Amino acid sequence: MNPDFINATIGGVMIACSVIIMMSLLGRVTGISGIVWQAVKIDQTEVNKIWRPAFIVGLIAGPVLVHYLLGWEFPIAKSNNIWLIILSGVLVGFGTKLGAGCTSGHGVCGIGRFSLRSLIATVVFMSTGILTVAVVNNL
Amino acid sequence: MTILIGLLAGTLFGAGLFISGMMDPEKVIGFLDLFGNWDPSLMFVMGSALVVTVPAFKFILQRKKPFFNDAFTLPIKVNLDKPLIVGAAIFGIGWGLYGYCPGPAISSLASLNTAGFIFVPSMLVGMWFANRVS
Repeated sequence: MNPDFINATIGGVMIACSVIIMMSLLGRVTGISGIVWQAVKIDQTEVNKIWRPAFIVGLIAGPVLVHYLLGWEFPIAKSNNIWLIILSGVLVGFGTKLGAGCTSGHGVCGIGRFSLRSLIATVVFMSTGILTVAVVNNL
Repeated sequence: MTILIGLLAGTLFGAGLFISGMMDPEKVIGFLDLFGNWDPSLMFVMGSALVVTVPAFKFILQRKKPFFNDAFTLPIKVNLDKPLIVGAAIFGIGWGLYGYCPGPAISSLASLNTAGFIFVPSMLVGMWFANRVS
C-alpha cells in the first residue's frame, strides 16, 4: 500500500485522538480557527481559557517532536511569493471567521457530530478549493 | 490541569498534521487538484479521523458533562445562513491559493519557514476584518 495513505491514516487517527481528548476532558470542539481567534481576542471575560494558548504551543511543538524524534524533514514552502501568501492568509482568516470554522472545526468535529451546517460548509470550502486550484493551474 | 490537556491535545494534533501530510502545501494542492494530477491520499486524513470521531462523540456526549469542565460547549447555530456559506467559500479560495488551512499554517511555524510567519499574521488580519464587518 502507498505509504502516503498509511501516514495519512495514522495522522488522521492522531488528530481524532486530540479531538476526543478535547471533547471528553474539556467539553470543547477542536476548531483551530476558533481556538486561534479566541486566543488572540483581547476583550474577553471568559475564565479558564489558558488551554487555548497551550493548545497552540502544542500545535507547534508536535511537528518539532516529529522532526527530532522521527527525523522527518519539514515540508518546504510551496512558493515564496509574498503577495500570494498574504492574500491566501487574509482569505483563510476572513473566511474561517465569517463561516465559523475550518477543516478541523467543520470537517472533523462538525461532521463528526452530524452537524448539517458543518457538512454544507465542508462541501463548499472543498468545492471552492478545488475550483481555485483548477483555475490557478490553467492560468 | 487545563494547560496540560491543551498542550497534550495540541501536540497530538500538530504531530498528526505533520505525519498525515496536511502540513505540506504542495500535497494539499495535489489533493485539491481533482481535475488534474489528483493525489487522493489526504482523503484518508479526514476519513480515518471521522471513523474514530463519530462513535467516540456519540459515546462522550451521552455523559452529562466533560471530565474537567462544567459543561459541554457546542456550537448552538443549526440553521444554514449566508455568512456560513460565503465564509466557507472564501476560506476554500484562500486554501486553494496556497495550501494552508489554519492548523497547518500554525504548525508550519515549527519549520521556521518564512511563509508561515507571513501567512499567520495575514490570517489574523483576515479574522479581525471579518469580525469587524459581521
